[in-house]
Amino acid sequence: MTPIWRNRKFFPILGQVIAAFIVAIIVMILWHNLIYNLHRLGLQLGFDFLQFQASFDIGETPIPYKSSDSYSRALLVGLVNSLRVIVFGIILATIIGITVGVGRLSDNWLVRQLALVYVEILRNTPLLLQLFFWYFAVFLTLPKTENQISLLGFININNRGVTLPFGIELSSELSTLILGLTLYTGAFIAEIVRAGILSVPKGQWEAARALGFKPNLMLRLVIFPQALRLIIPPLTSQYLNLAKNSSLAIAIGYPDIYFVASTTFNQTGRSVEVILLIMVTYLTISLIISSGMNLLNRSVQLKER
Amino acid sequence: MSSFKSQKPTILQWLQKNLFNNWYNSILTVVCLWLLFFGIKGILTWVLTQAKWQVITANLSLFFVGRFPQQLYWRLWLALFIILGLFGLSWGTFTKRLPRQMNSWLPFGWALSFPIILWLIGGGFGLQPVESNLWNGLLLTLVMAVISIVLSFPLGVLLALGRQSQLPVVRWFSILYIEIIRGLPLIGVLFFAQVMLSLFLPVEYRLDRVLRGIAGLIFFSAAYLAENVRGGLQSIPRGQIEAAKVLGLNAPLTVLLIVLPQALRAVIPALVGQFIGLFKDTSLLSIVGLLELTGISRAILAQPQFIARYAEVYLFIAFIYWVFCYSMSLASRRLEKELGVGQR
Repeated sequence: MTPIWRNRKFFPILGQVIAAFIVAIIVMILWHNLIYNLHRLGLQLGFDFLQFQASFDIGETPIPYKSSDSYSRALLVGLVNSLRVIVFGIILATIIGITVGVGRLSDNWLVRQLALVYVEILRNTPLLLQLFFWYFAVFLTLPKTENQISLLGFININNRGVTLPFGIELSSELSTLILGLTLYTGAFIAEIVRAGILSVPKGQWEAARALGFKPNLMLRLVIFPQALRLIIPPLTSQYLNLAKNSSLAIAIGYPDIYFVASTTFNQTGRSVEVILLIMVTYLTISLIISSGMNLLNRSVQLKER
Repeated sequence: MSSFKSQKPTILQWLQKNLFNNWYNSILTVVCLWLLFFGIKGILTWVLTQAKWQVITANLSLFFVGRFPQQLYWRLWLALFIILGLFGLSWGTFTKRLPRQMNSWLPFGWALSFPIILWLIGGGFGLQPVESNLWNGLLLTLVMAVISIVLSFPLGVLLALGRQSQLPVVRWFSILYIEIIRGLPLIGVLFFAQVMLSLFLPVEYRLDRVLRGIAGLIFFSAAYLAENVRGGLQSIPRGQIEAAKVLGLNAPLTVLLIVLPQALRAVIPALVGQFIGLFKDTSLLSIVGLLELTGISRAILAQPQFIARYAEVYLFIAFIYWVFCYSMSLASRRLEKELGVGQR
């Protein structure tokens, strides 16, 4: 009879048992430490604190909220604030990214250079720093409401925020966050768009030209649909980055979900529960974005057999 | 045809071809020139007349090394000298100005320089110790970025191999780790490292702020690195593994000698991109209270005589970040060309 270690399945199974054993021991030690440390600090695990009175004010409340409401209500307000940033951000970053990406390939030398400078500056400096810059050095130094700047005659900008004609008012924190996130993410999207367009075979351009397409129609009907196949997967990860980066709101005081969760932690000391909430929230947001993008991805892929 | 191409276009021809070749490009050019004119005029007026650059000149040492004791600056200069020396030698062999044989011992030089430089910065073993809360500014940014990437590299490679493993248990643990970390914002991971790491460790272990920051960066970076390396692993043709098997290599040796070197070479651009990202991400540590480049800038802005000089300070440190990140991406492009990624 062959010894058991000669069996081909022996080592893989042994390896897995050892791996599972090691992980289990590590988890047990960490868990033990956690319970011990929490006990020492007089804390208990549990989500009951969510029903307690939050008793802090939130600067921006798209849904009704007052400081006598519960922590869960406050977190909900934060979530809605986050979603506002993420949705606006994704739309605007896509527009900027496509514009600049096409600009990088323009046959106009000046446009090409400007797009390149934009991409290289924005991509090579930290987003946090850009947010600080837009907020402290730009938005807060804008003129007061009395002599606000008017763009194109209908967008009003002052140091309290941005007002659009159809009744939309954005606070300076929200405007900064959207501006910073879109300009930063737009630079990355631009490079993705450029690579996608460059990946379309030359023959496609020539064929479209031979069929008499005008340049913009050619781009829209022939080149772009094919480029999308290459663009969508990396674009998805840029959207995910944007969603996660929206948590930098805390640096400029915009009350997004991370901001509210962190305030909750400061008041209650419930670090384990708060980090779990943050995890679940962002994982859910990420999941929604990536499954939406995967649907889109499936619709543009080559249909083969 | 060739004689036509080699002719140098006159300025007018160039302008016509590149800026005014049709009506909408002409409009675009004019609009861009108009924007450029007002943009540059505004910036120049601000830089030359309104900006007060004293906030930079007065705090130069704070920006670079923070509160590092002044009488010990020589140690930092020595560290810088070692790095620049090694860098020069590497560049020399890389561009083939120095003999190729240097290549064999240069990696050891780099590996050896790592602990020596840390020793020069931190002291101990005969040198006067400097506590890590005194390493600030650019010094701290560089130390954290380098340590984090060096330490997250092996972890990332292990996770990538784990994710590709045939063993379901190992694979699922790797996937769980990678996906959870990648689903979290970095600031959440840093929060975890600053606040909760000590809850998971025995009471005797007290990591200082800098170490906790580095731990957070490593947790975060390893997950992303793993995904990049996985891309490289997937690009290795089956034939390579089968050939190794035929030659009688066992599984660990196949991975170590055949698969990993090729996979890592294929993902060099992604790895450099990741290091650039990590370098920028160190700025987030200012939110959890560390005084790296961004953090020390906020401290400088809190000085009463320099209040509200945001634009000057932020532009200055943005320039520092930019120089580092941009030169890294240039170097990576050069390296990529030299190694023939995508050609062999």
